Amino acid sequence: MMSTLDPVLMSRILTAVTLFVHIVLATIGVGIPVMLALAEWRGIRTGDKHYILLARRWARGFVITVAVGVVTGTAIGLQLSLLWPTFMKVAGRAIALPLFMETFAFFVEAIFLGIYLYTWDRFKNKYTHLLLLIPVAIGSSASAVFITSLNAFMNQPQGFELVDGVFTNVNPFLAMFNPATPSKVAHVLASAYTTSAAVLASIAAFSLLRRKDHPYFKKALKLCVISTFVFAMTTILIGDFSGKFLAKFQPEKLAAMEWHFDTMTEAPLIYGGVLDENNDIKYALKIPYALSILAGNRPNTEVIGLNEFPEEERPPLMIHYFFDLKVTNGVLLVLIPLMFMLRKRLPGKKPYPTWLLIGIFALGPSAMVAIWLGWFLAEVGRQPWIVRGYMKVAEAATTSPNVGWMLLLFILLYIVLAVSAVKVLSRLFRSKSAEEEIAQLGWDPEGGRGQ
Amino acid sequence: MSYGLTAITVLWTFLFGYLIIASIDFGAGFFSFYSVVTGHENKIHNIIQRYLSPVWEVTNVFLIFFVVGLVGFFPDAAYYYGTALLVPGSLATVLLALRGAYYAYSTYGHHKGHNRLYMGVYGATGLLIPAALSTILAISEGGIIHMDEGKVGISWVNFFMNPYTWSVIVLALVSVLYISAMFLCYYADRAKDRAAFQVVRGYALLWSGPTIAASLLAFFQINRQNPEHFQNMLNMAWMFIASFLCFAAAIYLVYRQKRLGLSFMLVILQFGFAWYGYGRSHLPYILYDQISIYESITSETMAVAMISAFVLGLLVLIPSLVLLLWLFLFNANYVRGQSR
Ligand code: HDD
Ligand code: HEM
Ligand code: HEM
Repeated sequence: MMSTLDPVLMSRILTAVTLFVHIVLATIGVGIPVMLALAEWRGIRTGDKHYILLARRWARGFVITVAVGVVTGTAIGLQLSLLWPTFMKVAGRAIALPLFMETFAFFVEAIFLGIYLYTWDRFKNKYTHLLLLIPVAIGSSASAVFITSLNAFMNQPQGFELVDGVFTNVNPFLAMFNPATPSKVAHVLASAYTTSAAVLASIAAFSLLRRKDHPYFKKALKLCVISTFVFAMTTILIGDFSGKFLAKFQPEKLAAMEWHFDTMTEAPLIYGGVLDENNDIKYALKIPYALSILAGNRPNTEVIGLNEFPEEERPPLMIHYFFDLKVTNGVLLVLIPLMFMLRKRLPGKKPYPTWLLIGIFALGPSAMVAIWLGWFLAEVGRQPWIVRGYMKVAEAATTSPNVGWMLLLFILLYIVLAVSAVKVLSRLFRSKSAEEEIAQLGWDPEGGRGQ
Repeated sequence: MSYGLTAITVLWTFLFGYLIIASIDFGAGFFSFYSVVTGHENKIHNIIQRYLSPVWEVTNVFLIFFVVGLVGFFPDAAYYYGTALLVPGSLATVLLALRGAYYAYSTYGHHKGHNRLYMGVYGATGLLIPAALSTILAISEGGIIHMDEGKVGISWVNFFMNPYTWSVIVLALVSVLYISAMFLCYYADRAKDRAAFQVVRGYALLWSGPTIAASLLAFFQINRQNPEHFQNMLNMAWMFIASFLCFAAAIYLVYRQKRLGLSFMLVILQFGFAWYGYGRSHLPYILYDQISIYESITSETMAVAMISAFVLGLLVLIPSLVLLLWLFLFNANYVRGQSR
């Protein structure tokens, strides 16, 4: 029977499923406004209308993803209280502030996005319309900052005292600006911009792969791929800070994700591999000194091993794979754009070789997978804690016996939403191609300069 | 004013904002669907779409604001309601999700004509969501959520067998249709769309009688459910009388087809008086007998921080909302469909 299933486990799975869906849409919601602004700004500045059309077409798809992002966000917002009532009751006393401020960020984003979408030709000065994107981008990025600071608090709680199970003497600002916040916020924002640029690059590459040789797609491709390169470099740099943060503040997570059991200096980085029953590592690639360098920039940095922690407080060891796969995707997100930028020096005559386009097409999915892996690494790596050091996951969950049924209900909901969103988006994409639209508007196929 | 009272006033005000704009949206969804089914669609569908398209996402944020604010200011409320309402809360979430998504699909997706499935989901959820959300008000009167052996439980028998529950649901449904129709009268009039105006004026007049009947029914059912609350309501009876007077004046104006802007203002006042009268007499309890605003308010530093954030937030929010309304509600060219 569904109702005899453990409510804690069911709550964890339901939270994971909802966030799995929400995070892709939220990530895109944070990054696309920036890409829209980039394209529209270029279009206005150079007078090349292709960029304006690019922004318009992206915006049409974007509303759909925003809509699903908003509804899944509403779901997680309500589920936090429905599934984790004890967590909200206890931790809410310390961390309600960023959650509350996030709603103002949503307001600003929602209001200006509504205005932006319905005022393409309404203002005489073209920059006025572009300016509307500033509050949209600030709103969505601010919501990421606030929610991430909440998540950072769960990893590095501070700014309160625990007296008889109640958080007292609360300092909301200390709680928000805890040691995990800077690297986490920066990494989340940079990865959101990377992913959005990569997804849009995939779309442009897909059109070129279908032998659409219009200059419009080439401009889109160049803009997106170069943006991906810049953002991905930034993400990886900040990811390195995240590693150093973990080494200092949350060593058990770093040790679990690296399968690093004994405290030592000159620690090697383990890539891939399997563990046998004695926790000996087999078939792995060992990069000497690399873990010490990741942890503290010097080969003789001491890295704390997992054996220092009591058995029941060690995170699951599978996060090792999440981390390795994510780093692999991160490297691809830099290498493939780099090859695109050097394409004129590559052997072969075609400026857009098919293999390169296929590689670029893979950027979007690869970035999304990196986002999932990154979050699963961060959240599963916090186990068994919900608020590290203060509250375990098992104490925080609802006691309601019906979570199993709700899990089923929400899985159904997400399947319906995902299938219908994909259908609507692909119809949108196909119904009027960019070339048709350019021809219809009577524009010069090259895009033209000036009026 | 204590922090608890300030906080609940802020939250209650936002919930009132949600009540008004979401009712417009929910009712409009239903009328829109109804007009497609009955073949009147070309008369009213356009004005509904023009108004709803730019604002729907904002509506949702009002609800989120209330939930997040309630949990933040009164963490114990999160615990009681959260544990007890897992099933109805999840169902309401699913309905909200379907509604939001299918609205976006039918408005921004590319397809010819009206997709009946999308419109149907949109119309049906327009009635189911207010019904589901209104039951929380019924539960807040007490007697339904209880504590046993340290665990929060909910008694569904007490809930469903209770005439008060049903009177609140009926009131929510007819109010949604009434508020929405009254607003659309105003909007159609501004758009100078006579045909649409006649249709929605009919709806408005049709739903006015049931609204007042349902209000009275719910009013007297409170006496049975929670006599203490009822007595508090009688002590501030003038608020409910003022509400009724606003109702009468609003209907008169619509009937005479005059001053429709004023008429809709009166509708807002009608619900405002009733809403704050109900809320004030409900105090100090958020959940009758179990959670009071004085005992369950969060720590002082957090309350001060959140109220400060709220004031700063308003400084950003109010100008933005004014801009939105100015561009899409009070801009005659947009309303008439001359500019996009
Ligand atoms: C496009 C996405 C993306 C890419 C390419 C990378 N990351 Fe990342 N990573 C994320 C997206 C992300 C994330 C989804 O944004 C996470 C999840 C939680 C968080 O704070 O950020 C994350 C978490 C995360 C954490 C855990 C932080 C914590 O739990 O506090 C570490 C140590 C790294 N990353 C390190 C890296 C390194 C060394 C990378 C170099 C290749 C890297 N990341 C690339
Ligand atoms: C940023 C604010 C976030 C908050 C407040 C939050 C909150 C929570 C809570 C309460 C749990 C349940 C307790 C647990 O199992 O540890 C959880 C687990 C989880 N979350 Fe987060 N989360 C956040 C971000 C994310 C994101 C963006 C993802 C993206 C996928 C994510 C993925 C997960 C997963 C996979 C679990 C299940 C882990 C497990 O049970 O082993 N989280 N989170
Ligand atoms: C770090 C991870 C997260 C990021 C970056 C993020 C960001 C966003 C963004 C940008 C939106 C707006 C929708 C869009 O533009 O697509 C959104 C919606 C939403 N998110 Fe998330 N979110 C995250 C995790 C969470 C978590 C853990 C919660 C739970 C409290 C949450 C609650 C919400 C809510 C309630 C909405 C809907 C708001 C509305 O009605 O407009 N988000 N999120």
